[in-house]
Amino acid sequence: MVEHRKFGNLLPHLILWVGVAIVAFPVYLAFVASTQDNATIANGQMSLLPGGHFLENYYKTIFVGSSGTTREPVASMLFNSFVMAMSIALGKIAISIISAYAIVYFRFPFRMTIFWIIFITLMLPVEVRIYPTYKIAADLNLLDSYAGLALPLIASATATLLFRQFFMTVPDELLEASRIDGAGPLRFFWDTLLPLSRTNMAALFVILFILGWNQYLWPLLITTRDDMQTIQIGIRKMIVTSDALTEWPIVMATAVLAMLPPVAVVVLMQKLFVRGLVETEK
Amino acid sequence: MAEVVLRNVRKTYPGGFEAIKGVDFAVGDGQFCVLVGPSGCGKSTLLRMVAGLETVTSGEIEIGGRVVNQVEPADRDIAMVFQNYALYPHMTVYNNMAYGLRNRGMAKVEIDARVQEAARILELGAMLDRKPRQLSGGQRQRVAMGRAIVRQPKVFLFDEPLSNLDAKLRVAMRVEIRKLQRRLATTAIYVTHDQLEAMTLADILVVMNGGMVEQIGSPLDVYAKPATTFVASFIGAPPMNLLPLSDELRAQFGGAPPDAGILGVRPEDLVIGPGATGDGFLTLDITVEAIERVGPETFVYGVRSGHGAKPTVAGEPGAGAGGDIIVRVPGQVAPPVGDCITVAAPPHSLHLFSADGRRRIAG
Repeated sequence: MVEHRKFGNLLPHLILWVGVAIVAFPVYLAFVASTQDNATIANGQMSLLPGGHFLENYYKTIFVGSSGTTREPVASMLFNSFVMAMSIALGKIAISIISAYAIVYFRFPFRMTIFWIIFITLMLPVEVRIYPTYKIAADLNLLDSYAGLALPLIASATATLLFRQFFMTVPDELLEASRIDGAGPLRFFWDTLLPLSRTNMAALFVILFILGWNQYLWPLLITTRDDMQTIQIGIRKMIVTSDALTEWPIVMATAVLAMLPPVAVVVLMQKLFVRGLVETEK
Repeated sequence: MAEVVLRNVRKTYPGGFEAIKGVDFAVGDGQFCVLVGPSGCGKSTLLRMVAGLETVTSGEIEIGGRVVNQVEPADRDIAMVFQNYALYPHMTVYNNMAYGLRNRGMAKVEIDARVQEAARILELGAMLDRKPRQLSGGQRQRVAMGRAIVRQPKVFLFDEPLSNLDAKLRVAMRVEIRKLQRRLATTAIYVTHDQLEAMTLADILVVMNGGMVEQIGSPLDVYAKPATTFVASFIGAPPMNLLPLSDELRAQFGGAPPDAGILGVRPEDLVIGPGATGDGFLTLDITVEAIERVGPETFVYGVRSGHGAKPTVAGEPGAGAGGDIIVRVPGQVAPPVGDCITVAAPPHSLHLFSADGRRRIAG
């Protein structure tokens, strides 16, 4: 805005602050609850200030877990979720950048047919094809394994399309210059296309990591063993108890811990992402 | 060092479009050949075929005595400078130049020696660690040249390398390129649509139109004796005046062959004033319509008096179509707009073409 009135920015700021409060308050509440003892929460007299059980609660959460329900420390769930989210994000990037390269730079029979088949899978998310996918995973002995958690979610039409669009903006002369410089298809991909795709890969990684981290339905189906459960499943299991009091401080500590890796990814990658945007290469 | 020979080279695209309709020419060792023509005439396609970036439908391309139709671009021993430079944006200037050499498995010491030498010649020494985006247009152009010369190729190929530069830099780089090519004595093929660049750079000028060669020759020969009306109006600025050879004009000089249909005269050969005529001179009465003063010379645009409905020479680009006459006058003195003047040209400066403009007859 060009205008600089004294109170001109007041209203926008007010609205922003209200928005921030609405988003942040539940998170704050979760943190506060994770530092109280269970009795305080159970009798409904929880204060809005952090309690004195921070270390005790988080220690128990990370290394012991909610003994009655999940029977696994949260550290192990975090590890499982992390492996799954990383495999999905990196796998998706790897597969889709290679398929986009094939579709954009190579002339082979049924190229456009293949492109449209990939495109159409956009309309078939996991939820739609869950039965056949489960059947295949089960037949391949992928139940209760990291491969089973990640592999079926790796094929990605969205990422393929994104890379395809990006590759089509790369000037043809770069490919021609590479050919004259004696770089074959693989060298061109490795030496030129990959470095140019860095920013796209960073942006995709952020989105895909969070997508993988937040998976719920698929891990619920594919894992049955306690030591394979992901943190999203763990939280859910902790809440539902039939014969005991829900350990709310543990549940809340788990929720806070579950939030940290995606936040970390966004914060860390954002730097790279912004730097990539500033250095407009091409 | 090598000769480049093209023998009946044709290019037909899968859709059936014939981009190159049989081209023959040879560029001698160390010669600077310029392909010039309007956009879409196939000159870039032809260059890319020599580079190996486009396949050859039929005919032969020979570089240094070897037919290279089926040879990969990297193995043709050529280097190409692209219009947009095509520098690798993520590599430093040094790596941009070294990349091709590394791919050939050259020793590090040798690569370094060649890159440093190229950087010295092109005054890029201080910029070797920069990325292309940190360079100005002229510097990028130099890097593109550097990438070509470190390869020490048999042939340089230039695809309109100067068209992204501003006018002043373009002239400076034009001279640079010529000097560099002379010094390295490397055969060069250069594509441009700018006839001034073509005239100043070329040892051999190849004028192309519609996928065919219109004329091959030294720049001054092409200028002095254009083979077709297309060449006549394309080479030279402003273009040659082309007039249908009417009976009235025929009467002025008795010796016009019967098959001549178009008369051409360059703007600089026309002289204003009744005193300039003589035996066999072309004289035209024109009404001045516009004046362009560019400093050292002035262009007078006129219409032939009594030719209100402009007769036209069909299908020819540029001015000179019909009754429009351009006269170049040295200095800044010119008749006022609206004046009726007489212009004349001596017989030796006249060009005669067949009626379809495809053939030069005399002059």
